[in-house]
Amino acid sequence: MKKTGSQILLESLVLEGVDTVFGYPGGTVINIYNDLMDYPIKHILNRHEQGAVHAADGYARATGKVGVAIATSGPGATNTITGIATAYMDSIPLVVITGQVPTALIGNDAFQEADIIGITRPITKHNYLVKDVKDLARIIKQAFYIARTGRPGPVVIDLPKDVQMASTKFEYPETVEIRGYKPTYSGNPRQIEKAVKMILAAKKPVIYVGGGVTLSDASNELLGFAETIQAPVTTTLMAMASFPRNNPLSLGMLGMHGTYYANMAITHSDLLIAVGARFDDRVTGKIATFAPHAKIIHIDIDPTSIKKNVRVDLPIVGDLKDVLQKMVADLGGHADKVKELVATLAPWRQEIDGWKAKHPMAYQASDKIIKPQYVIEKLRELSNDDAIVTTEVGQHQMWTAQFFEFRQPRTFLTSGGLGTMGYGLPAALGAQAAFPERQVIDISGDGSFQMNSQELATLVQYRLPVKIVILNNNFLGMVRQWQQLFFDRRYSQTCMELPIDFVKLAEAYGATGLRATSPDEVEEVIKQAFATPGPVIMEFKVAREENVLPMVPAGAGLNEMVLAS
Amino acid sequence: MKHTISVLVENEFGVLTRVAGLFSGRGFNIESLSVAPTLDPSISRMTILTRGDDQILEQITKQLNKLIDTIKVIDFTGQDFIEREMALIKVTAEEETRAEVLRIVDIFRAKVVDVTPRSYTVEITGAPAKIDAIVELLRPLGIKELVRSGPVVLGRGSKGWKGAE
Repeated sequence: MKKTGSQILLESLVLEGVDTVFGYPGGTVINIYNDLMDYPIKHILNRHEQGAVHAADGYARATGKVGVAIATSGPGATNTITGIATAYMDSIPLVVITGQVPTALIGNDAFQEADIIGITRPITKHNYLVKDVKDLARIIKQAFYIARTGRPGPVVIDLPKDVQMASTKFEYPETVEIRGYKPTYSGNPRQIEKAVKMILAAKKPVIYVGGGVTLSDASNELLGFAETIQAPVTTTLMAMASFPRNNPLSLGMLGMHGTYYANMAITHSDLLIAVGARFDDRVTGKIATFAPHAKIIHIDIDPTSIKKNVRVDLPIVGDLKDVLQKMVADLGGHADKVKELVATLAPWRQEIDGWKAKHPMAYQASDKIIKPQYVIEKLRELSNDDAIVTTEVGQHQMWTAQFFEFRQPRTFLTSGGLGTMGYGLPAALGAQAAFPERQVIDISGDGSFQMNSQELATLVQYRLPVKIVILNNNFLGMVRQWQQLFFDRRYSQTCMELPIDFVKLAEAYGATGLRATSPDEVEEVIKQAFATPGPVIMEFKVAREENVLPMVPAGAGLNEMVLAS
Repeated sequence: MKHTISVLVENEFGVLTRVAGLFSGRGFNIESLSVAPTLDPSISRMTILTRGDDQILEQITKQLNKLIDTIKVIDFTGQDFIEREMALIKVTAEEETRAEVLRIVDIFRAKVVDVTPRSYTVEITGAPAKIDAIVELLRPLGIKELVRSGPVVLGRGSKGWKGAE
């Protein structure tokens, strides 16, 4: 039986196991939206296409499945760009479907036309313009395959209106054959053997973990590996939740706002085992002084990540789950030597404990004014253990990374690579849509929150009970901090003085609004918010000029941390 | 350092832009690029000349390989290969220089493919250095127009990459 392009799209989504899509209708996707009513797919109507893509991204990060978003052509499609770039930088599997003007009008400056294939080329793993309905099923199959396999990433399918309307026989391919795309999953056994030799010879090893561990669901393997050799583990922002912060081997985050002891451990290490991390400049600081004494083993599924920013002594290309399993198995064959290694590393662990004792993660408490770090600590204390936390971007994001102490994978969703303000609220929405029963918290600043606050309407409409925390300092806090430290306190355009009443804003949308202005109100507000059904905004009037510390100034080495203001 | 890379890609619209965009987006320079379908019409072959140190070249080849449409990347660095480029050169040919142009054309085993009372158009094929040489000799006589194709390259020896593996 023949089906139209839009029916083929929806049939294929069902076959891919898609249960929820996020989007916004428009002229060139009206056929898809019309047919959508006949398919068992839940659609969430966001209030902006950027919100739809971030929501699909949050859904993908929380579940590990491919997130799907739909937007119309032209402005609808261009509104997806920040969302797509965010997912691209953090390697998140997404399929974004954009409508396009009919094929006969493409290139003619038609109404609501934009060259979305051209625009998204540098920020997608791959993209497709479907010119013939006969290609559609194959392209969708390929798009999902490309999005979720290898190093995951966003794929755009640009679907002209006439292709949606044209009909053909529907046959969904069972397999995918792309001759130029064959990701390497299995780590080379000889390289792994070499790595094990290097590990057994190390005196001061550090495991440096990136977002890849979450992407390949290798948290258990990572824990097994770290505990086998009893080596300290430091995580990037993207990997925060993939290694339990309460494990004695955890050093927390490294880099610009990492812990003093993580950065000291990196600086003094003799072997760095990089696991699914890409040596971002926020992590390395000045490259010349990054891990100056260490040999580097770099495990990654993406060969382009290896040797991109730093020298690497031993590359291993493969899926982390596979490589870590093989590594642990290989170490198992050297039980005596492993025992010896664990004993040899005792002084190293003591040295690290010394750094931990000297400069623990701390802040100056106050009983007069709300300290943002205190709010984060209280949130941690009062929230469920499997709560999913999203953040926007800025000071609140770093405080969350520093003080929330994540313990379970896929519970911390944040825009790491692109640093997208306005990410957290729609991402929380997506996560909550995936897990209606779990606690989902968006931690934001007053600046970031206002980037996509319209998504409050979506939360209320779909009864998604996200709890929103606004650490309100009436500043674009992180830029203000830099202006204070490096620009002689010239606070150019970072002061958001207009006193927005976030409680009333919540109420205007039909949500609940709560406010705390002094430290003794913090706990009560959080408890009340968690006990209130539906979406809630918690506004905390926090210390205005609190800084995120410690800090490695941009361009400095990890050993040059600023510890106090 | 100059590098010659051949890239076999799916012969689909937009692939050239993907490759070119990869270079521009990362600040790598393309010195020359030639592209056409291969024996297998579903595959195109690009020959790219670029410059960079070892680290940059490694990134270029890895990034090219990473493109979904890329089937194979061949880096000719350190290999023995045949390199040919074609040029069409329109040279001023007045009474006093006509013989000189023909002499140069003869020496270089080039061909005159168009003649007017005031010009010769010369076709030359060879390694880029040979084309540089003839251009330098013809330049003082007056070059009106010049077009070069950019080199195409094949490895020496009996082994060949024909298309589908």
